[in-house]
Amino acid sequence: MVDRAPSTPAGAAAPLSRPLVDKGLVKWHLIVAMTWFGIALLAGLFYSLQLLQHWPLPKIAVLSPGRIRMIHTNMIAFGFLTNAFLAMLYWTIPRLTGQRVLSSKLGWLIFAAWNGIVLATYVGLHLGQAQAIEWGETPVWVDPLVVVGALLVWLQFYPPIVRTREKALYVSLWYFSAGFIWLGLTYIMGNFFPQYLVAGNAAGPLLGLYIHDLVGLWVTPMGWGMMYFFVPIILKKPIWSHALSLVGFWGLAFFYPLQGVHHFLGSPIPMFAQYSAVISTIAIEIVVTTVIINFFMTWRGSEGTLQRSIPIRWFWVGALNYFITCLQCAFQVTLTFQQVIHFTDWVVGHAHMVMFGVFSFWIFGMTEHLWPKLTGHEWWSSGLRRWSFWLTTLGLGSMFLVLTSSGVVEGFMSLNLAPRATILDTVRPFWMVRSITGLAIIAGFACLAVNMVMTARAGRITHVDTEYTPYEEVGDEEVALGAV
Amino acid sequence: MERFSFVFLVAGLLFFGLAFAVSGWIPMLPVQHLEVRSVEQLAQQPPLEFLELKEQYPEAFAKAFGDVPPEQAFADALRTGHRIYVAEACWHCHSQQIRPWGNDEARYGRRSFPEEYHNELNMPPLWGTRRIGPDLIRRGGKQSNDWHVAHFYHPPDVSPYSVMPSYPWFYEDDGLTPNKQGLSIIAYVQWLGSWVETVDETVYEIPYLEELYPPVERPQPAAGEGEETPTDDVWNP
Repeated sequence: MVDRAPSTPAGAAAPLSRPLVDKGLVKWHLIVAMTWFGIALLAGLFYSLQLLQHWPLPKIAVLSPGRIRMIHTNMIAFGFLTNAFLAMLYWTIPRLTGQRVLSSKLGWLIFAAWNGIVLATYVGLHLGQAQAIEWGETPVWVDPLVVVGALLVWLQFYPPIVRTREKALYVSLWYFSAGFIWLGLTYIMGNFFPQYLVAGNAAGPLLGLYIHDLVGLWVTPMGWGMMYFFVPIILKKPIWSHALSLVGFWGLAFFYPLQGVHHFLGSPIPMFAQYSAVISTIAIEIVVTTVIINFFMTWRGSEGTLQRSIPIRWFWVGALNYFITCLQCAFQVTLTFQQVIHFTDWVVGHAHMVMFGVFSFWIFGMTEHLWPKLTGHEWWSSGLRRWSFWLTTLGLGSMFLVLTSSGVVEGFMSLNLAPRATILDTVRPFWMVRSITGLAIIAGFACLAVNMVMTARAGRITHVDTEYTPYEEVGDEEVALGAV
Repeated sequence: MERFSFVFLVAGLLFFGLAFAVSGWIPMLPVQHLEVRSVEQLAQQPPLEFLELKEQYPEAFAKAFGDVPPEQAFADALRTGHRIYVAEACWHCHSQQIRPWGNDEARYGRRSFPEEYHNELNMPPLWGTRRIGPDLIRRGGKQSNDWHVAHFYHPPDVSPYSVMPSYPWFYEDDGLTPNKQGLSIIAYVQWLGSWVETVDETVYEIPYLEELYPPVERPQPAAGEGEETPTDDVWNP
């Protein structure tokens, strides 16, 4: 039984004097996102070399390995993912609502503000001004600016959603509408309460909530919204089930924010809070399954696209990774698993699988789809596209496997009271392989980056007129999103 | 359910608020009565290791903290040490929480309890989520100051398998004398867990000495001699 998705790309009644989408904003957010991504990848590689006792940079304070580690995670969260999502929002929201975003000028202000925040964080971390909040190590003086940045995002993207003439919004817009407000609330809760208002055991749960909500209530809604928009368009058919997407959204909204404490299982946080986090984490597995079923059932019948379309490959592997990582969640959150794997590489592998294997893969899928439209050029090299896909996929896949196995080894050795020297000696080969997989990922990204640059400069021109023509393109998407 | 106002109000605000109440606010209630101690309160009784630092490095100590009573110097050292501990991301490889399971207590000592975190230096708490190095919440006094001085300069010198980075900028130009940063981070680490005996008389701590021993050669039990395992070395040196 295939439900019909509600009609989406509304409006567009009268010919538009100005383009609906500001392609410049999309393009520059994407370029900057990729730049931060490159920096974050190098930071990760360097840090993995420290774990092999080979620090490649001078041993001076500003280049301290610990600081580089925080740069790795923060540049991914605020530099790469957020910029890429902003690019995605500038492309999707006007198309889904038929309304322009509030203002292009505001767009460039947001561009400057967010990247100013990221740059300030980057410099602040190098200078040793970190804040002791995992994934929110932004120096304390940057925190208020992030909140202002979130407010600007509301100001920019809520008006088109409110103004649209559609009564029932498309699924992507539910995720976006809730995600914007969640970003602001999560950041305020996670960065101000534990820093200024509450201490110790009262602050710990909030730290857990923050780490978790930044993933679950910012990255995940944006990512799912992105997937629900681009996959039907690339496959040129509507999403399989509207009902399942409803279950997915409301399940995420209800269960996801309840899980934060599972990052501190075994800490002095009261056990009722720990158990509630465990149960809701297992519950969300059901929700996640609905989204994955929806993806694969939409894809079913278009199997050939995996060979023909590079974007759908990225989305497909991302969805598969999502299934793996969420299945892992439901197990690793139990106290039985926690005894062994809580403080080990297992968790590091899990984090890479989610942030890289799923959401970054989907962003690459979007980039593969959008970049020719943004530049007006065909991809420069189809070989590099394939190299980029395979190097990244195999690199990330083996990184996940090696970190998961080293986590199990490390966890059981630790449980068996093996001396730390023995543990470190044992996991060293795993860490060597991990560095090699990191190199593969960097090579994959280099292929993509070179291809993007060369496409913009020298790719074969597809459209003489690169101006946006709303009827033509929205027409295509109406078919895809089931609005016809 | 597909309208903006419903999504915004119910999912965006209501569910978030509900989750904050359930997993943020309610867990605060059991510890509401605990006083949050300031660094000055914590620094009332500087541990012996800190007083020893003053004797070992009188000039560097005077330069770092000035000529003030030890409590005041210790408060200064704790603040600075804590700032360095955060800035260098020590807390990303060292946890500061001992769980009641996973043999944590056998390895590191008494499990963590809420009271010990209610102070200014745990805003936010430094529990950590990864142990590449050992847990540090009971670490104070387990090694001498000399060990720490050598260790921060180049950890593999004293602990060959260590992957901890070197911190040469914690030292004067001679590379031997810790400067203010070095003295402070040592004071901070030596302070961790120093409160346990005074909080609770029933404390038990098992010596955690593995780093005093050479890296363990993997035992090759000869026939009939397979009883001795590496862990026995840790318990009964």
